[in-house]
Amino acid sequence: MPDLLIKGARVINPSLGWEETLDVLVSRSRISEMAKGLPQDDRMVITAEGRLLTPGFLDLHVHLREPGREDAETIASGLEAALRGGYTAVCCMPNTQPPLDHASVMEGVYRKARSLGLADLFPVGCITRARGGRELSEMALMHLSEAGVRAFSDDGEGVVDSGLMRMAMEYVTFFGGLIISHPEDPALSGEGQVNEGRVSAEMGLKGIPAMAEEVMVARDIILAEATGCRLHLAHVSTANVVRMIAEAKSRGVAVTAEATPHHLVLSEEDIPGYDTNFKVNPPLRTPRDVEALRKGLVDGTIDAVATDHAPHTLEDKDKEFDYAPFGVVGMESAFPVLYTELVVPGILRLPKLMELLTRGPARVLKLEDREYATEIREGGRADMVLLDLDEEWILDANSFASKGRNCPFQNRKVRGRVHLTIKNGKVKYNLNGAVRS
Amino acid sequence: MGCLFPVARGACIATETLVERRQEVVERRNLLDVDLLSRDDIQRILEMARSFSEVLRRPIKKVPALRGKTVVNLFYEPSTRTRMSFEVAAKRLSADVLNFTAASSSVAKGESFKDTALTLESMGVDAVVVRHPVAGAPWLLSQWLKASILNAGDGMHAHPTQALLDLFTLWERMEQLTGKTIAYVGDIRHSRVARSGVKACQTMGMKVILVAPPTLLPPVLPPGVEASSDFDEVIPACDVLYMLRIQEERQKEGGFPSLEEYKRLYQLDFRRLGMAKPMVAVMHPGPMNRGVEITSEVADSPVSMVTAQVASGVAMRMAMLFLLLGGAKGGGIGA
Repeated sequence: MPDLLIKGARVINPSLGWEETLDVLVSRSRISEMAKGLPQDDRMVITAEGRLLTPGFLDLHVHLREPGREDAETIASGLEAALRGGYTAVCCMPNTQPPLDHASVMEGVYRKARSLGLADLFPVGCITRARGGRELSEMALMHLSEAGVRAFSDDGEGVVDSGLMRMAMEYVTFFGGLIISHPEDPALSGEGQVNEGRVSAEMGLKGIPAMAEEVMVARDIILAEATGCRLHLAHVSTANVVRMIAEAKSRGVAVTAEATPHHLVLSEEDIPGYDTNFKVNPPLRTPRDVEALRKGLVDGTIDAVATDHAPHTLEDKDKEFDYAPFGVVGMESAFPVLYTELVVPGILRLPKLMELLTRGPARVLKLEDREYATEIREGGRADMVLLDLDEEWILDANSFASKGRNCPFQNRKVRGRVHLTIKNGKVKYNLNGAVRS
Repeated sequence: MGCLFPVARGACIATETLVERRQEVVERRNLLDVDLLSRDDIQRILEMARSFSEVLRRPIKKVPALRGKTVVNLFYEPSTRTRMSFEVAAKRLSADVLNFTAASSSVAKGESFKDTALTLESMGVDAVVVRHPVAGAPWLLSQWLKASILNAGDGMHAHPTQALLDLFTLWERMEQLTGKTIAYVGDIRHSRVARSGVKACQTMGMKVILVAPPTLLPPVLPPGVEASSDFDEVIPACDVLYMLRIQEERQKEGGFPSLEEYKRLYQLDFRRLGMAKPMVAVMHPGPMNRGVEITSEVADSPVSMVTAQVASGVAMRMAMLFLLLGGAKGGGIGA
């Protein structure tokens, strides 16, 4: 394989806080040289023309639906979608059918992903057997398996039993496991469909109150503090939750948090009619909550942006509101939507957004450099993404690699686009299709 | 024919102004809720209903206004009363009527809502009267179909013809609605009757008080509405007492501890009626739970408008079908 030369890229390293226009030479799966004016020789050349070159993104929260619902997404289609979104690594949640609650299932998924040679997959294991919320799954064996599972969650549902959650947190400390909480008290969320408040009352839909999330966040922070377990809060969505995380962090509790693009960009006010592509859990909250989440990104209370990519079939979504499943796709819209809505208006600085998509999530998982490269440096892994920050285009879910079309940003005019994704030194996605390797 | 007057497509978004949405939906000819109807619109609807109520008093109660039109009653919730009311209304207008109920149909075979809707469209129906347990189902139909959609009750969302027939009943009795005070009493939180009724009453310049224990009040009150959990205190100020049906399942969900406690605090009996204005009107959307939210004595007393509401229902539904299906000869309504 010839070497790959990326000419004239604005190289940005979120961890070092610098950017410089350079040529980047990739040999095999590594970055071999970074300098100005590198000779072309017989190398395959990509003309970056000042586009931004950053480490590939890492998504802490996606649903790949395999095994069980391959009609909605497969590991292959999901990881292809990841590359198109600029992600070179993703964590898949274990709420598949059957759930990922056992070392052998984890290894199956992990090996399948590896054999595809697309984005890296870090599968998340179940906290409880079959996500049943009754007894612990064999978390240490999943950790020791080839899949090397380091994070556990019953995502889709919270662990309701506080005693069991405490046990899980205590247990995983001996191998440094991370507990990812899906903070939701089902007794409070009930059969809710949208955020409880003015909009739920107007729409005549049952509400999911903010407190359904907040009481569980409060509980889990208390449990994490008492057990010393590292806790990560998935898809946080309310102002009160942001406040509680900030307070816990200030006292040194080992808690991290993620927010999704849809919770950062949309509020309950934006739901058009009864469009089920806006039905998500947790629900879109109030503009005040969106404001608080954005502030949480800026001040570091929220560590990562994760998409909660949740593909569903058209048949499942094209239904009466109550009957449609929760969730939206996210990996292929995340960067342009975040850039357009947060960076362009000056709410978030570009390096900060890059950090939230790369180093931030890597720190949550405590990934080592050999597992995921948080910077572009000589000798480092060549997992990179080339971004055009000026291109304006219209998002169209029909062109996604994901099988899911349930995108709340459909037909939105956006700025910024993933042009190229390089994984292990190979061009794995190229918008213009001109260069292959 | 063309568009006769702007009837709502109805939804719930606050970000757009009602005016913009009215313009956007002028051509749709649906009735999804009352929130897009102006005071003038409602006034014209009331007048139209009055002329149809005159038709209903004739020896031959049928007019050829909608001859050749087809109306389907698409009912995903059991409701004999509302379905019959729409059916009679359509038949009095000489429309052909089809009845589709979920239990007896292809729904039992797993047909999706969308396929059922498209099937009806292919059969060439002109209007779909829809009752559905899920809020927003009529909105979905309005996205899929070209036929006029009449919401006959969706989930906890809206029941516009009930709101309009209640206004019509009151208007027939009081002539002047502005400045009157109405109390909705009972399970407001889960009531589509109250949701649409409150808006319609406010549009007509009435004052609205919601009466219920806090667990049965909406999580956020509509603007301009008062709420109280003390029925006795509210009664003397009211011109209308609107009693809502109490469903036992709400007690099981914990909305209130027991029917006995509820009755003690909120049942309209003779004692409470004695505290009201002499000319008070008592209303109920039916079916009543006699002995729960209202006693038989009150339900059958002269102040009770319950049977008048049922009669108004047919006239109002004739008016709405007529208006939505473009049955008028040219020009505007009531002009």
